[in-house]
Amino acid sequence: MNWFTKLLPSRIRTETSTKKSIPEGLWDKCNACGAVLYRAEIERNLYVCPKCDHHMRVSGRWRLEHFLDEEGRIELGENLKPVDALKFKDLKKYKDRLIQAQKATDESDAMVVMQGHLKSLPVVTAAFEFRFMGGSMGAVVGERFVRAVKMAGEKRAPLICFSASGGARMQEALFSLMQMAKTSAALARLSQQGVPFISVMTDPTMGGVSASLAMLGDINVAEPNALIGFAGPRVIEQTVRETLPEGFQRSEFLLEHGAIDMIIDRRDMRDRLARLLSMMTHKPTP
Amino acid sequence: MDLNFLDFEQPIAELEAKIEELRYVGSDNEINIGEEISRLQTKSRELTESIFSNLKSAQIAQLARHPQRPYFLDYVQRVFTDFEELHGDRAYADDQAIVGGIARLDGRPVMLIGEQKGRDTKEKVRRNFGMPRPEGYRKAKRLMEMAERFKLPILTFIDTPGAYPGVGAEERGQSEAIARNLFVMSKLKTPIVCTVIGEGGSGGALAIGVGDRMLMLEYATYSVISPEGCASILWKSAEKAPEAAEAMGLTASRLKELGLIDYIIGEPLGAAHRDVDAIAEAVKQALLNSLEHLETIPIDKLLDQRYERMMSYGNYNE
Repeated sequence: MNWFTKLLPSRIRTETSTKKSIPEGLWDKCNACGAVLYRAEIERNLYVCPKCDHHMRVSGRWRLEHFLDEEGRIELGENLKPVDALKFKDLKKYKDRLIQAQKATDESDAMVVMQGHLKSLPVVTAAFEFRFMGGSMGAVVGERFVRAVKMAGEKRAPLICFSASGGARMQEALFSLMQMAKTSAALARLSQQGVPFISVMTDPTMGGVSASLAMLGDINVAEPNALIGFAGPRVIEQTVRETLPEGFQRSEFLLEHGAIDMIIDRRDMRDRLARLLSMMTHKPTP
Repeated sequence: MDLNFLDFEQPIAELEAKIEELRYVGSDNEINIGEEISRLQTKSRELTESIFSNLKSAQIAQLARHPQRPYFLDYVQRVFTDFEELHGDRAYADDQAIVGGIARLDGRPVMLIGEQKGRDTKEKVRRNFGMPRPEGYRKAKRLMEMAERFKLPILTFIDTPGAYPGVGAEERGQSEAIARNLFVMSKLKTPIVCTVIGEGGSGGALAIGVGDRMLMLEYATYSVISPEGCASILWKSAEKAPEAAEAMGLTASRLKELGLIDYIIGEPLGAAHRDVDAIAEAVKQALLNSLEHLETIPIDKLLDQRYERMMSYGNYNE
C-alpha cells in the first residue's frame, strides 16, 4: 500500500493488490514495491523504480540504445535468422514458437548486437532479449555473439555483453549446448588479443549462458539483485531438499562469494564502464 | 522380473532363464538336451539382435545409465597401464566425481580425466552419483594445463547426469568453473580426445568435452538437458521423457548424422556391460587411432581446426 491509498478512508479504498498489472497507459506499477509510477518517469529513470531502486527487466534493443552514444550505432548480424534444423516439436512446434516470439518482441532472435561508442570510446555491445524464449541461447545467439567478439578483436574495441537468459535453448538440443563452447572459444581468442571484455549480468542469468560467456568477463558486473547462477533455485531445492538461504543466487550473494567484481546501478552503468574501459585501454577518462 | 535386464529386454531374460533351467535339469539327467540348449541360445541371440537393432532413444538412455554399465575406472584398468591418480584442485577439495591422473596407453604417457559414478551405495555417495562440483572441474583444469606443459595428450571420459545442483556448488562458482574449462580447453596446446562412455549430461559433460575428436559409445547419450528435465519444462510432465528423448536426438547415431561427433564405438551385443573386456578393447583401438591421427597434425594447425570446428556449430539462415 502506498501513501496515497493509506490516506483514503477504508470505505473508499479499492483492493488493488490482487491485480497482476496495470494495463498499458500512463501509469505503471513497480512489481517489487508495488508503487504506482508515472510511465514517463520510469523510463526517464531507465526502468529503475524511483521508490525502491528495483531494476526492472528491459529489452535488449532498448538496453543498447540507452547504453551507447546516440551517434554512430551500427547493428551487426541482424540478417541471421533461426532455423529449426531438428524439426523439434514439444507441445508446440519450435517453428511456431519462433514465429510467436518474433511477433511478440519484434526481434528475429534473442540477441541484439551493436557497434558504437560509449562516451566516445569505440565499443562493441551485445544484449540478450529475455522476452524471446527466455533469452535462450541457440545458434543465432551464439553466432551473433561470436560476430560481436570478432568485430571487437578486429577493431580492438572493448566488448560489453548484457546477459539475461534462462540458459541453452532446448529446442536446438545439443547444438545449443555447443554454443557454450563456441562463445567461450571466441572469448579465449579475444583475451589472447588483449581486448577487454566486460560481462554485465542482469536479471536473470542462468544455466548455459551463465556457465559460458557471462562468467568469462575480464570484469564481471551485475545489476543489483539479479538472479544469477548455474542451476535454477527450484532444481536445487528439489535436489538438496532444504529451503535456500536468504538472497541465494542474487548479485549481492555472488559478490560476497567472489564470483563478480562489482554491482553497478543501471543509472551509473555508462559512467562506471566508461571509466573502467578507459583505464584498461590507456585512454583518458571520458 | 530379472533385474539384470531392462524392461524392454525381458523377453531375452525369459529365454535365458529357460536355458538356465534346462542346464540344471541336464546336469542330473541322462537325456542329452545339449541340442535344445544350443537351439535356445541361438534364439536368444537372434532375439537380442532384433531387439537391439531397433532401439528407441529412451531405451538407449536406459542403457547409458545401466547400473552395470562400465564406468571410467573400469576402462582405466583395462585400457591403460601405470595409472597414477592425481588429486585435488589446490584450492578447496578433491572432488571424487571426477578422477584424473597420468597413465600409459600402449606405452605412451597420457593425461586421463573422467567422470566417475559409484557402483555400490557407499561409493555412489562418495562419487556424488557422478555429478561434479566446481572443485572437480577445477581439478580437471589443473591437470589439463599440466598436460599441456608436459606435452601429454589429454583423454577425457564423459559420464555424468550433469553438474551438481547444490547450494555449495553455487557458492563456489559452478558456472564459472564450467565456463573456465570451455575457455581453457579451446586453446590448450595438446591433442584432446573426448569419449562419451555413458551419460553426457549437459554443461557438466561439456566442461570436459571440448577437444579435437569426439568419440561416443554406441549406446551412450549426449544432450543439453536430461529427457526428464526437458519433458517437465516443455511438456510440463516428466512422464513425457521418452518423447523428449526422441525429439532431442541424443543418441550416437543421430549426433553422428548431425556432425556433432566424429566416431561411434560399436558395443558388444546387448550393450557394453555384457562384455566389458570387448568394449574396453574397442575403446583402446579408437583412442589409439585418434591419437595417431592427431599427432601427425602440427599443433598450431590442430588449434585452428579445433577453433573452426567450434565456430561451425549450429544452423542459421543469412
